[in-house]
Amino acid sequence: MSVTHLKLYTKPEVPLEAEMISPTVFASLSQSGIEHLNVMHGNVKCNLGDFFKVTGKGAAEIHVEGDLSGVKLIGAGMSEGKLIVDGDVGMHLGAGMSGGEIEVMGSAGDWVGPEMSGGRITIKKNAGHMVGSAFRGQSTGITGGEIYIHGNAKNEIGSAMRRGLIVVGGDAGDFTGVNMLAGSIIVLGELGIRTGAGMKRGTIVSLQDAPILPSFEYSCTYHPLFLRLYFRKLRENGFRRKIQDKHLNGKFKRYCGDGIELNRGEILLFER
Amino acid sequence: MSRPKKDDQNRMQIKKTEIQDTFAEAFEMWGARVIITADTKQWARAAAASMTGFATSVIRCKLEAAVESEIPEEDTPDGRPGISVLLFTMSQKTIAGQLIDRIGQCVMTCPTTACFNGLESEKSVSVGGKLRYFGDGHQISKLIDGIRSWRIPVMEGEFLIDDKFGIQPAIGGGNLIIFGPRKSTTLRASVAAANAMREVAGVFLPFPQGLVRSGSKVGAKYKGLIASTNDAYCPTLRAVSNNSVVPENVEAVYEIVVDGLSEEAIKESMRRGMRAAAEKGATMITAGNYGGNLGKFHFHLHEIANGKSK
Repeated sequence: MSVTHLKLYTKPEVPLEAEMISPTVFASLSQSGIEHLNVMHGNVKCNLGDFFKVTGKGAAEIHVEGDLSGVKLIGAGMSEGKLIVDGDVGMHLGAGMSGGEIEVMGSAGDWVGPEMSGGRITIKKNAGHMVGSAFRGQSTGITGGEIYIHGNAKNEIGSAMRRGLIVVGGDAGDFTGVNMLAGSIIVLGELGIRTGAGMKRGTIVSLQDAPILPSFEYSCTYHPLFLRLYFRKLRENGFRRKIQDKHLNGKFKRYCGDGIELNRGEILLFER
Repeated sequence: MSRPKKDDQNRMQIKKTEIQDTFAEAFEMWGARVIITADTKQWARAAAASMTGFATSVIRCKLEAAVESEIPEEDTPDGRPGISVLLFTMSQKTIAGQLIDRIGQCVMTCPTTACFNGLESEKSVSVGGKLRYFGDGHQISKLIDGIRSWRIPVMEGEFLIDDKFGIQPAIGGGNLIIFGPRKSTTLRASVAAANAMREVAGVFLPFPQGLVRSGSKVGAKYKGLIASTNDAYCPTLRAVSNNSVVPENVEAVYEIVVDGLSEEAIKESMRRGMRAAAEKGATMITAGNYGGNLGKFHFHLHEIANGKSK
């Protein structure tokens, strides 16, 4: 398999915009071509080779090594292949991606996978605000794909999402699923406040109890069979320890809302 | 296991059972596989039994269907006990309607069940996508690993069903006709054959316990009747039927019809059936056909018994 390795040797002093670090872009380039790709270091145009040592060739898989917390837009617009980051990453990881897979061994900044339509992003540690969200001013967030955060994530996860799956293995911040149109968000830890505010449709699940907005109404406590399909899938994707048999077979409290919108959304909280 | 033997006059025997040099004539159909799961095996069986009721023959039932196998919970989509049901119709056009009717009336109504597509195929028909309207606007769709399913609210909670079910060309009408010296022996041999035939994946036996005692011929002396008793195989008519094939020492005859998703599966099923019937003392095994003029598929007993395929 063709693998290209990038190793960060010059840490950027200001944010580096590197949306070209993507199998889709690397596909047609030689090693030299990759080194000469333009990146924006603040407002200065530089070459990718000014910051990264490039080895290997091909684009089926890209391995990036180093502290990339100041590098933005990695994998943006990606449509195929695999991108593995051995370290932290900055904002806008996988923005607008439509396919392929991104795996980050460290943590990610804000705006993981905004407006993505397909593919998969996995963050092994924590993520910032606005995971899988719409950009400010846009009415629709992600329209497909899957985002897995193994640690915690901050506010406004899945803002205005229309389709897709977002999973947070730890705790979520406030306004999870705000203005959600459809899709599924599963939080295995605690939810913050104002979950599902303004949601029209969609599903927000938590394995913990959570504060519920007064515009949501309790329907019943039952066993939602479809969650078994999600939970079995999550067990196969690294969440086996957190999803126990009691969750697989257990009951959930169903709250319907948001009453100020269509009232067709749901929050499902595990009944302890 | 006994091997078939042929003498110099091309007569074949497995143990003491004569295998006639003839063929089963079978037809093109369209098939679907439905996986029913439930909280317990008993509820999955109840739904499957209801769904496959009155589905023995396309002659009057419009479709043929039966349980293919039980599925252990670790192999079902939702991790609960499951049952695989195969359902065949004569045309591609009618299969969606039959799936919608049978799942809607027999599976959705059955406590604790869910219903999944069990056939990966290029062609598919909308089933959950139609049944969802029962939710009257409260239905919810979920897309998991590229498969859309519907959550339809019901009085117990929710009925979960896949949006689309795969369909593929299939074969109906493989058969064995088993003769025996006494009714009890023939029944025992036929049941053993049916049990062995059912073990092959991708086939099902649509009749009660797999057996047919009222084998039919095409047409009748009565106008408008498309099928009537197969007098050639009725022991009581041996003396009066001009074309009786029942030997003097035979008291009963049973037919086993086998439908399948592939020729290979039907052949393997018939091969196992012949051997099992022979082990249990069948006198003779033959097969039903229409002279080879009606059905596309001809399953030759000698070739199948020998493990060859044509």
